[in-house]
Amino acid sequence: MAVVSTPATLEQAPPVLDNAEVLRIRNDFPVLDQLVNGRPLVYLDSGATSQNPLSVIEAEQEFYEQRNAAVHRGAHHLAVEATEAFEDARQTVADFIGVDYAETIWTSNATEGLNLISYTLSTAALWSAQGRGDAALKELALHPGDEIVVTEMEHHANLIPWQELAFRTGATLRYIPIDDAGSLRMDEAAAIIGPRTKVLAFTHASNVLGTINPVRELVALARAAGALVVLDACQSAPHMPLDVKDLDVDFAVFSGHKMLAPTGIGVLYGKQELLDVLPPFLTGGSMITTVTMERAEYLPAPQRFEAGTQRISQAVALAAAVNYLTETGLDRIHRWEAELGERMVSGLESLPGIRVLGPAAGKERIGLAAFDVEGVHAHDVGQFLDSRGIAVRVGHHCAQPLHRRLGLTATTRASAYLYNTTDDVDRFLDAVSGVRAYFGA
Amino acid sequence: MSLDQLYQQIILDHSKARHGSGLADTEAPAGSSTGQSHQLNPVCGDEVTLRLAVEDGKVAQVSWDGQGCSISMASASVLTDLAEGMTVAELHEVIDSFREVLRSRGKVHADPELLGDAAAFEGVARYAARVKCAMISWVAAEDALNQAA
Repeated sequence: MAVVSTPATLEQAPPVLDNAEVLRIRNDFPVLDQLVNGRPLVYLDSGATSQNPLSVIEAEQEFYEQRNAAVHRGAHHLAVEATEAFEDARQTVADFIGVDYAETIWTSNATEGLNLISYTLSTAALWSAQGRGDAALKELALHPGDEIVVTEMEHHANLIPWQELAFRTGATLRYIPIDDAGSLRMDEAAAIIGPRTKVLAFTHASNVLGTINPVRELVALARAAGALVVLDACQSAPHMPLDVKDLDVDFAVFSGHKMLAPTGIGVLYGKQELLDVLPPFLTGGSMITTVTMERAEYLPAPQRFEAGTQRISQAVALAAAVNYLTETGLDRIHRWEAELGERMVSGLESLPGIRVLGPAAGKERIGLAAFDVEGVHAHDVGQFLDSRGIAVRVGHHCAQPLHRRLGLTATTRASAYLYNTTDDVDRFLDAVSGVRAYFGA
Repeated sequence: MSLDQLYQQIILDHSKARHGSGLADTEAPAGSSTGQSHQLNPVCGDEVTLRLAVEDGKVAQVSWDGQGCSISMASASVLTDLAEGMTVAELHEVIDSFREVLRSRGKVHADPELLGDAAAFEGVARYAARVKCAMISWVAAEDALNQAA
């Protein structure tokens, strides 16, 4: 057996992960080392939530064992230590996506980040109507006749906050349709995004189709229209290099739990000049300067958007997760997952009665595949795979309109991460090949 | 527990036979009192619309439309066979018993005398994520029965 050693630096590492390295990576994830229904677990549900490496679990434990205190208050030793850890974590995450420290706001998850944007934008209309805020804020306010544009492939988190923003402001919600191959209709996008568009919100990569959207083209359309751009990076930040400043979006969101961190922590990026003028979302302690019984003055970002005691240990753990990912190399992870995604799709396409959603084999996609099994409901597919120790997601994956567009109510989705081997994909494909026979379809 | 204990042959058969499926193709008997209920499981999108006709204190007809997994479709089919001909009180008793078994996490065994083919769903009780699949048509039947009786 060949002896494999970890490369000393990322520069020396091969450009893509391989099974030997993935097997070493896997050792860092205790939860993956178990039998499910008598078989070694194959975890292919990282699109829903990822697993935690020991370094992340230990970072959170170390925080509670040695540094736990409320941040930004109290002059005692632990408070200082906790505040440092918390703000260092913010810097780590800011560097990870190529933005500034003060533009990086902690949220509970991407959903909260998107709601934060939605609510501050409707509050902008309220404020400016009452003469509060400056001229720049007035520009951001939405009114009847304005349009918010999303895409047909959004998951509910990047759809419903915009539906509700449209309701609160009288603006109109429109969407860019997809074609049958699961790509955005860019001809339609060019026609829909126009002078009325105030907000364009779209996902970087689809959690169902696996499509990677043309961010730069969409940003160019939005810029020409003078619209704000909101990027949902839930399925990209964990899996590929992400330079938010380079993409030139106005806001971006992602969740920690999809990138090796615990639940309860997420990130919102906002351009400094926008964060400076927008009203806060949640209000209370930690985000104010002067408070009287009648009114309050607010701190600048990031504190402006972080009311109340924060998710401190989770932020520290997210920074540990970011370090794990950067040490492994996002480029290398992205290439490996693309290989796994390709292996899934070409394997699934070769099976009778299987319809893969999104790009066909050979076309660019992230490391996931959602599919329909003719004659067998997704729930039954998932149960069958579980009996063989394989964890996948079944249902509409929080994207009901997309499924309706594709003529389906539920599908099965396998989603890979840096700890999955080609053997995992092969075991998954082998199990899927037995589904229709078992259910007599 | 093995997969075969969950997916008993009777369930796989009924998931295809779908007795009672086809609301539009059936008319409630003239003079009967009917109730109709739509139930949706938002988690997976399983959906059942079930109509139940009561005549002279007995269930005269069960008819439904639905889409969902084999457990939910088989459950509606078995329910149809079981319910037709029962008195209102009998069907209530069967529904209560079925619910008790399904919600017991495997602790309460099905009484085959009372539940007939529906006893085959006993294994579902051990799969918390699937209990709603088995229950959805029964919840619809209970609602429809309350309207009709």
